Amino acid sequence: MIEFKNIKKSFDKKVVLEDVSHVMETGKANLIIGQSGSGKTVLQKCLVGLFEPDTGEIIYDDVSFTTMNVDERKALRQQIGMLFQGSALFDSMTVEQNIMFPLDMFTTKHFAEKLKRVNEVLERVNLVGVNNKYPAELSGGMKKRVGIARAIVLNPKYLFCDEPNSGLDPQTSMVIDKLILDITREFNMTTVINTHDMNSVMEMGENIIYLYEGKKEWAGNKKDIIFSKNERLNRFIFASEFLQDAKDMRMLEAKGKISNDRDMDELMK
Amino acid sequence: MLFFNHFGRYLLMLKGMFTKPENMRMYWKELMHQCVEIGIGSMGIVIIISVFMGAVSAVQTSYQLVSPLIPISTIAQIVRDTVILEFAPTVVCIVLAGVVGSKISSELGNMRVSEQIDALEIMGINTKAFLILPKILACLLTIPMLVVLSMVLGILGGRLAGTATGILSAENYDMGLLLNFIPYNVFFALVKAYTFAFIISTVPSYFGYYIKGGALEIGRSSTKSVVISCVMILFADYILAALLLDK
Repeated sequence: MIEFKNIKKSFDKKVVLEDVSHVMETGKANLIIGQSGSGKTVLQKCLVGLFEPDTGEIIYDDVSFTTMNVDERKALRQQIGMLFQGSALFDSMTVEQNIMFPLDMFTTKHFAEKLKRVNEVLERVNLVGVNNKYPAELSGGMKKRVGIARAIVLNPKYLFCDEPNSGLDPQTSMVIDKLILDITREFNMTTVINTHDMNSVMEMGENIIYLYEGKKEWAGNKKDIIFSKNERLNRFIFASEFLQDAKDMRMLEAKGKISNDRDMDELMK
Repeated sequence: MLFFNHFGRYLLMLKGMFTKPENMRMYWKELMHQCVEIGIGSMGIVIIISVFMGAVSAVQTSYQLVSPLIPISTIAQIVRDTVILEFAPTVVCIVLAGVVGSKISSELGNMRVSEQIDALEIMGINTKAFLILPKILACLLTIPMLVVLSMVLGILGGRLAGTATGILSAENYDMGLLLNFIPYNVFFALVKAYTFAFIISTVPSYFGYYIKGGALEIGRSSTKSVVISCVMILFADYILAALLLDK
């Protein structure tokens, strides 16, 4: 469980996060949603310690992260895995070396044991036979999967994902979402995901917070979000008019009020 | 004010490197990797520059020595001293500031922009210690060696050009080399080499590590780091000459 209380963060005089509090639950996919510039990434970077919040407290399983010294933070970070927006794979290393890197750094295992673990996690993310490829030779979806494999290789308790679907097609996005959700449940991790992809929200949203201009505007789960009366949240969810029209048309079609063989242009009018 | 801000951050970066390594074996591996990249990687350009520097200084010295009263072996003496005192440490280090400095700055800048440094931080690794310290140590180890190599090759280049163009015989050249040799000059050149190696590694590391922005910024910071390193090398060259060669 990760709890954060009254987080405030500003850059120069611009306030990016203001008084944000929430509890990220264990064994669940916890989503931070909001428009670009709403403070999602800054909040996540505050949670992992890449940014220091101006005020507020962050608690990892009853231990205050805010008051930890450098060595305590280093120890905790070995229990954190993170998938970055651009995957952040080391370009000069192969897939195998990328995934093996945390094992090389923090374990005293023999090469054979490390290789076994690398192959296990690669299999878990459905990537087999790419050990000797370089990141430049992989597709966007494969890079994300390697990023996930590297993040989970040390069996972390906490997994952070920053926009895991950015730059991916809808089908690959679903595969990545499902993979993150499965891993979260399988290893009982506390997973925190930043996203503005509504498909991901509906796929994984077990505990969601919506940020609007640096403030927590709404919290709930994927069921609550559909029936939410929050104007700002609704504007965010149904930002695409086409999506709203398509949804309305599907409902009308389901109720038998329109037939789907009618001309599309006529329907749109 | 901006200068003090940068200088303070530069000092904090240096201070931040000194922590207990997470895994000594990985740091050693990284140090060896950087030694190969910086030392072996720059050897080609150092060899070419050194040989031609020595050759050109032999030919030009002969052109300027018009008096028949000055023995011809003086050419070797002048080539030796200019190569040891100035050409090998300063010119080679200015070239290395371009070759090694831009590489360090763009490598770290790219890692910062593509969040690779953040990824290492999240793993609990001190990125200043893991990424910057091996580069500085590798420069301090290999650049003085390259400077010594440059001294030898510069002197050999002068001998080659001198004998090939018929300016002086190989015996005359060798005799001149041994004339009035001051070992302190080699010590002075090595002091310069270590000082410049520190500048070449730390200034580009600072600009690369603290980069902000995207791909365009990587190029800009790389250029800026090379320019500042070169200016600092020339400034340090003058200070060291004034301090250590004062009679």
